[in-house]
Amino acid sequence: MKSDVFKLREVQLALILVVLVGIVGARAPVFLTGKSIDSLLTDSAILVMMALAQMLVILTRGIDLSVAANLALCGMAVALIGQKVPGVPLGVLVLVAMALGAVLGALNGALIGLLRLPPIVVTLGSMSVFRGMIFVLSGGAWVSSHQMTREFIAFPLDRLLGLTHLVWFAVAAALIAWFLTRHTRFGRELYAIGNHPVSAGYVGVPVRRRLLAVYAISGMVAGLCGYLWVARYAVAFTEIAYGFELSVIAACVIGGVRIAGGIGSVAGTVLGALFLGVISNALPVVQVSPFWQSAITGTVIVVAVVFNAREGRRAGKQILPLQVRTGEGA
Amino acid sequence: MQPGAGAAAAPAALLELSGIGKRFGGVRALAGVHLSARGGEVLALVGENGAGKSTLVKILTGIHQPDEGEIRLNGNVLSFANPLEAMRAGITAVHQETVMFDELTVAENIYMGHHPRTGGVPRVDWRRMEAQAEKLFERLEVRLPVRAKVRDLSIAQRHFIEIARALSQEARVVIMDEPTAALSRREIDELYRIVAQLKASGTAVIFITHKFDEIFAVADRYTVLRDGEHVGEGRIADTNEQQLIALMVGRAVTQIYPKTATTPRETVLEVQDLSHPTEFDSVSFTLRRGEILGIYGLIGAGRSELMQALFGLTAPSRGKVLLDGKPLLARTPRDAIDAGIVYVPEDRQHQGAHLEMTIAHNVTLPRLVDFGWWLLGKFRRELELVRRFCERLQLRAANFGQLVAELSGGNQQKVVLAKWLATNPKVMIVDEPTKGVDIGSKAAVHQFISELVAQGLAVIMVSSELPEVLGMADRIIVMRQGRVQREFTRAEATSEAVAAAALGATA
Repeated sequence: MKSDVFKLREVQLALILVVLVGIVGARAPVFLTGKSIDSLLTDSAILVMMALAQMLVILTRGIDLSVAANLALCGMAVALIGQKVPGVPLGVLVLVAMALGAVLGALNGALIGLLRLPPIVVTLGSMSVFRGMIFVLSGGAWVSSHQMTREFIAFPLDRLLGLTHLVWFAVAAALIAWFLTRHTRFGRELYAIGNHPVSAGYVGVPVRRRLLAVYAISGMVAGLCGYLWVARYAVAFTEIAYGFELSVIAACVIGGVRIAGGIGSVAGTVLGALFLGVISNALPVVQVSPFWQSAITGTVIVVAVVFNAREGRRAGKQILPLQVRTGEGA
Repeated sequence: MQPGAGAAAAPAALLELSGIGKRFGGVRALAGVHLSARGGEVLALVGENGAGKSTLVKILTGIHQPDEGEIRLNGNVLSFANPLEAMRAGITAVHQETVMFDELTVAENIYMGHHPRTGGVPRVDWRRMEAQAEKLFERLEVRLPVRAKVRDLSIAQRHFIEIARALSQEARVVIMDEPTAALSRREIDELYRIVAQLKASGTAVIFITHKFDEIFAVADRYTVLRDGEHVGEGRIADTNEQQLIALMVGRAVTQIYPKTATTPRETVLEVQDLSHPTEFDSVSFTLRRGEILGIYGLIGAGRSELMQALFGLTAPSRGKVLLDGKPLLARTPRDAIDAGIVYVPEDRQHQGAHLEMTIAHNVTLPRLVDFGWWLLGKFRRELELVRRFCERLQLRAANFGQLVAELSGGNQQKVVLAKWLATNPKVMIVDEPTKGVDIGSKAAVHQFISELVAQGLAVIMVSSELPEVLGMADRIIVMRQGRVQREFTRAEATSEAVAAAALGATA
């Protein structure tokens, strides 16, 4: 039912990904082993989750630059709580991380949705504020692995049915995001807002509330990922995930999410994140210098944007509309 | 510039186009178009939307290059690789929605790209620039402070700047693309006066407009385009409105306003003393089922703001709204829609369609709340709703999963109407329903509104087009400076009386 063009784009992206993996695998068969793929998925899991949340934001013509700082702040907060207040169960810590992230995101959402401030400015500001807060909380000190409980550190990499918890979280996030965008009123309304914000308001979409919610969700996911990140690398400090928001946005763009809002899919976004994951995991395997890695990532982003722009232009251009087109279409 | 085949052209024509053709991909935009504009004359370029006028203007101003044909200026064959070359050759355009540097001054906007420089170390000669700008406005007999920021100026004043800019480059051909679309009567008169001045100074003016009274007021000759082809030309003095319309649409349009006589029934909406701190004051009126209430007034008379208050977009400070006798307090559009009021906003391009969403998703959007939070498994119910209203409007589409962007303009409009009808409204507010719409589609919109009213809907039609209001409305409310100036019945309303009321004259 959905337009074939979109399906095509995602299928294309998937094919490119398979070819890429194939080429790398041909040069370095190690890359195709189960172990290597397992670590590729585990490494990409946080990016997938963050990109999905970012996709929801971008769908509404917004952007959330504060996600990485939010992640770092929440990660630091739970690491400190775990250190200072020993007996708190892990489940509670995870919930605290998510709640804190959601509150921070909701602050962005309030400024953007209720006060109508531009998202890029608001989240640029809150990004710095959140980073500063980490320093305030920790006094600039690190929380390192010996100050964390074994359970705290082990959880992300523990396995369920052969896959790490990180991967399962990403799978769950993808399913939830897919359900949200395809099968709920909320999701439909996000597309409507991004497509035509004024008109969305006129058909009764509560635009402000939706914006508030979408930034809160983005924050909540960042909070969850904050715990996962800190636990996985077993260290928390002021600079963790520094610049990670750009990878998150890059994953969205590569996945075909339109920065101008209204277009984007869960499948595309997941593929976009995996694409970045493959590049960063595969290049070292075939002995390409990490400097090339960022150049290649950049090129891929530009190519993706060129594709997206061409797509948009084809839909917009029509010089002799009525007679010609109804004639064909009838 | 290429000096070409000498004085082969007719001596009287300053600008002469012949055999101009242009394709975009597989779509033919122009074929074999010819046109000639003479110095000291106004040529009206007439045609429906999509007839190729804009493409022709873009070719003349160097934005597009023609695939075939010749452009001659003063008998020399020219070709423009870019807008700058066209401008240097002496062809400039004043666009309907003027794009300017808002934060710069009037003088800077005029001289952007060709600032007068001082000698020695080249830098902008501000004093000379401002003096020259002042001289231009003197020549136009327009008073405009040259140091004002454009941001603070009206659309009419922006047009004057564009015209001054054209003069500053010694333009010999000035193209005006719907320059009056957003102007008040007074500003239009001033524009006419300037057009007359341009004529007197030997400039060729090409005037593009949808309004016939303007064609007859300013133009000396006309050229009509239809479907990218030249279909007629001649002297304005030898033609009339009927003939021009017939040329434009390719058929004789006998009845432009398909007003069906209906007998208004019971009152649906009653507005009492509705006021807003800054936009409108003590507005009262009633609306009955099966009637069209026209709201006329100049731009800035508070019409749209009043409608937005009825629709819950702005909060009134005082007053009451009764819907079916019950007080209605719409704080959000959602409240208004649920109560049975819908507002079709003014949107030249797409009437507020969500282009990148499917037909089905567009139509069900305002009623999505009825489906609850989860939409899984409700696809069939949604489709049923969509089918019911799309069939009623005879919407043609391969399937309802098609993106609205892929539909023709007329069908996009039907999607929007289906969306609003699906909410089962009692009152439909349409804001400038046919602004910038060509004649063929205009008639279709009017026809459709008439049918809805015949079925018992109550319609409020906000319009700046007097003929539309006179042709469609059962009653007319004229607003001026935020107040109801006068109310007319259909029988009382003459164009003179309504226009006079809008201007505040006591007729």
